[in-house]
Amino acid sequence: MAITVKIPTPLRNLTGGAKDVTAEGTNIGDLIDDLEKRHPGIKDRICDETGEVRRFVNIYVGGEDIRFLDGLTTAVSDGGDVSIVPAVAGG
Amino acid sequence: MGRIKGLKCRECGRLYPLEPIHVCEYCFGPLEVDYDYDEIKRIISREKIERGPLSLWRYKDLLPVERGEDSSPGIGFTPLLRAYNLGRELGLKELYLKNDSVNPTFSFKDRVVAVAIAKAKELGFDTLACASTGNLASAVAAAGAKAGMKTYVFLPDDVEAGKIVNAAIYGPNLVMVHGTYDELNRLCSEIADRYHWAFVNVNVRPYYAEGSKSLAFEVVEQLGWRAPDHVVVPVGSGSLLTKIGKGLNEMVKVGLIEEANTRISGAQPTGCAPVANAFAAKTLNIRPVKKPDTVAKSLAIGNPADGYYALKTVGGTGGGFEAVTDDEVVEGIKLLAKTEGIFTEAAGGVTVGVLKKLVEEGKITPDECVVAYITGNGLKTQEAVTERVKTPFFVEPHLTSFEDSVIFNRTATPISS
Repeated sequence: MAITVKIPTPLRNLTGGAKDVTAEGTNIGDLIDDLEKRHPGIKDRICDETGEVRRFVNIYVGGEDIRFLDGLTTAVSDGGDVSIVPAVAGG
Repeated sequence: MGRIKGLKCRECGRLYPLEPIHVCEYCFGPLEVDYDYDEIKRIISREKIERGPLSLWRYKDLLPVERGEDSSPGIGFTPLLRAYNLGRELGLKELYLKNDSVNPTFSFKDRVVAVAIAKAKELGFDTLACASTGNLASAVAAAGAKAGMKTYVFLPDDVEAGKIVNAAIYGPNLVMVHGTYDELNRLCSEIADRYHWAFVNVNVRPYYAEGSKSLAFEVVEQLGWRAPDHVVVPVGSGSLLTKIGKGLNEMVKVGLIEEANTRISGAQPTGCAPVANAFAAKTLNIRPVKKPDTVAKSLAIGNPADGYYALKTVGGTGGGFEAVTDDEVVEGIKLLAKTEGIFTEAAGGVTVGVLKKLVEEGKITPDECVVAYITGNGLKTQEAVTERVKTPFFVEPHLTSFEDSVIFNRTATPISS
């Protein structure tokens, strides 16, 4: 179940500079746990102490924010694309 | 230690120095100025404020700059007007209008830019820039012109003609972007990463946004050091509303008033109401509006940076959010003009429209002391009402022609040039 995850610039120091990495899981929660195994420290940047996705981090599956899907239990499928995108500040 | 301690992440609380940075590098939360309120309480007083300049700088002790008066005189301390006529029309006994459309570039944005430019100078910048829906561009261009700084202002290409002229006249590098405000804002965040400019609402945003607190301070002082029962605030990015809430809390914290039990309500146009929609759905998750479609272009921010905090602020005070249609916006503009003689821009029409709606729904009651924030001037958005105002009489330069048409209404009004 290899899934491609797009990593934003500020987190690439945890992925050896890679902007696309692969990870496995059937939903976003599992995928983040697997990312943590491969790139230690990344989960704490994406999720807060309660395990929820941080307020100013957006995770998109198929172009939709997981907050409007099933959150951390949003299903992901083999070959799918997941993007991690910090909120644009300003305005 | 001085009264300004540094910057602090609103989400995770990490501390940062007073630099041109705005995002927590750890959790991506927004940075905010961190004050020593005990120190401010020690140095501030009603008397000191009352002796201060007739501008927002009378509240400098609660703003994140060392100096400011020199670079931007005449900004803020705008009239708080008792609106007897509009109040009667709506059934409110004590209604006030904070008329911020009389600032130097005719919107409240002069306040935030006054703070931003003072900070930009302290930080050694020679160029000022902004992403704007209209009003901010003229405020930045004017302040930059006066300060002798280079300016770059970015506007969406569908902005009202009046807003282009109102910015262009000051001679900025005016960039019109083919896209929505949110697309333009994303572009500006990339530009801000590459160029060493003070982008007022990007890298110096933590300082800039603090300027909006002065709209809370002034109202309290102008009411005789009393917080109103209810305020109605237009919402684009959500920053203004959030900072009005913060300003009220700060006045209590530093001992200027004993309490502030003000309910804060937010006003959005239905064509771009991501925050009002989230409030109605009882969620703190804001679904961005991809293609805003509203006559109130200054509020056409589909992905509001402070929407989440605006929701929390309103929720914490017992206020509400409402949205009004373009028709209601135009009716709001006309109602304010006809009752109080004030011509506001479309965002002001949103505020008046929502005020009316909140009264009709019983969410504002007749005995409350209510303040509506009128944040911009109607001459900037004439397109909104051009076809909805009373048509003039056209007459020949003779008394009979005048009397026939205007006094006796005997002849149909001929359309002539």
